[in-house]
Amino acid sequence: MKKENVPQDSSSLGKITKEVCYATDSSGKYVTELSSGWEVKTNALDVAWKDIEERIARAKQQVLNGKASPLLFFMEYRLMDINILSDYTGFWKWQIKRHLKPEIFNKLSSKKLQKYAEAFNVKVEYLKTMTVYEA
Amino acid sequence: MKLDFEHHQSAHCESGVTSSLLRKSATNKITEPLAFGIGAGLFFVHVPFIKINNGPAIAFRTFPGLIFKRTCIALGIAVVHKKFRSKERANNYLNQCLEEGHPVGCQVGVYYLSYFPREYRFHFNAHNLIVYGKEDDNYLISDPVMQAATTLTSYELERVRFAKGALAPRGQLYYPKNEKIITDEQIKNAIIKGIKTNVKQMLNIPGWFAGVRGIKYTGKKIKNWRDKLGLQKAGLYLAQLVRMQEEIGTGGGGFRYIYAAFLQEAYDYLLKDELLEISKIFTQSGDLWRTAAVQAAGIYKGRISSQEDFNLMGDYLIEISELEKKAFLMLKNIKWQ
Repeated sequence: MKKENVPQDSSSLGKITKEVCYATDSSGKYVTELSSGWEVKTNALDVAWKDIEERIARAKQQVLNGKASPLLFFMEYRLMDINILSDYTGFWKWQIKRHLKPEIFNKLSSKKLQKYAEAFNVKVEYLKTMTVYEA
Repeated sequence: MKLDFEHHQSAHCESGVTSSLLRKSATNKITEPLAFGIGAGLFFVHVPFIKINNGPAIAFRTFPGLIFKRTCIALGIAVVHKKFRSKERANNYLNQCLEEGHPVGCQVGVYYLSYFPREYRFHFNAHNLIVYGKEDDNYLISDPVMQAATTLTSYELERVRFAKGALAPRGQLYYPKNEKIITDEQIKNAIIKGIKTNVKQMLNIPGWFAGVRGIKYTGKKIKNWRDKLGLQKAGLYLAQLVRMQEEIGTGGGGFRYIYAAFLQEAYDYLLKDELLEISKIFTQSGDLWRTAAVQAAGIYKGRISSQEDFNLMGDYLIEISELEKKAFLMLKNIKWQ
C-alpha cells in the first residue's frame, strides 16, 4: 500500500487515537503513517455489533417471557459465554446452567449474586432489573 | 515514581512492547518490524470446529508471547517471565520491578480496558502494554497502539491483568533481565534465524489449516459459506475475518506490510538483493488481502450477494496462498553464507 492510499475515514477509535499503518513512500521504502480509520473495517465492526445487539434484545425478551433468568441478558450484554462466566465467577458450568433458570436464579443467595454482579461489573440490585449504566 | 521511559506508538502491541523494552539495550536499533520479523510473527491459522465470538477462529500472527520470547532468545537477552495465581503477589511483584527500575511488559485482556472505546472491547486476552511507573493509585501505562501514554488505576490494571477466558493472562509480566549491548552482528544472525523460523512456520507446519495451506483452506471454505450458513451468518463470518486481518494491531493487510517492512530493514543489515524483491511480494500480498477485504465488505454490507461474489472472495485467498508460498520458498532458498 502506498502512503497516500492509507485510508483516513472516520471511526470510533479515530476519535481517541489514530493507528499506525505501514506503507511505502514514493521511493518504495516502508514508512509508518497514521490512519484515522478505514470504512471497510468500521463496517465489519458494525456488523459484529449489530449481531450482538440482536442477541441482547432476544435475551431480554426471553427473560421478560420468563424463559430465562437475567443472567442470559447479562451474558449477552457482556459478550460472555458460559466458559468465560465460569472463569470469572468460579462457578461450575453446570451451576451456571441451573442459574439460567428463573425459578432457581430467584432463590440464589446474596453471596452468589454478588459474584455475578462483580463478573458483570454491575450493582447487585440491578441484576434483577437488567439495568446497565455505561461510563 | 516514574521510570526513564519514552512512550512510542507502534502498529502491533506485542512487537511494539518488545521493541520498546529492548530500546535501551539495542540503542533504538530493534524497530517494530525487526522485532516482528526476528520473532517470526507472520502466520495464518484457521482452527476448524472452534468458534470465537460466534465466528471463525482465524489469526494472522503467531501465538501470543512468542514474538517477545523468540526475539530475546535470538538476541541472547535473558528474560524474566512470570505468571501468578494470587492477585496480591502479582501486584507486589509488579511494584517491586518498578522500584528496581524495570519497565515491565504485561499481558492483559481488553474487555475491561477502560481507555479503549466500547466498540473495541471484546474478550480478547492477548493484548500487551508496558507499565513504567506509579503515581498515587495510578499506574503509568504505555499502550503501544495508542498515540499517547495513559494511566490505569490499580483496580483497573488488576482487572485486566486477571481477565478470564481463553488465553487468560493470569497476571503475566515480562522484561529483559539486564541491559546488555546488542551488536550488529547479533542482529544479523537474529534476522536470519527469524526468517528461517517463519519459513518453517508458513511452509512446513503440519496440518491443512495453518500456514500457506491454511489460507487456501479458508479460501475454499468461503465458497461454501453462502449455501452452508446463509447470507447473514456468512456476512458475520467475513466481517470477523476482516477484523482479524485489519483491526488495530496489524499495521494493515494482516501484518503483511509489517513483514515487508521487516525485509527491507533486513536488507540494510544483510545486503541480499533477494530481500528487497521478496519484500515487494509481501506488499503485493498485503494489497491483495485488502482487495479481498473490500470484496468481503461488499458482501457483509449486502451490496453483493451472489455465489459468484463468494467464489471471487475465495479465489482471492487461494491466489494469496500461492503468492505467499512463492515468497517463502524464495526466502527459504536464500544462501546466507
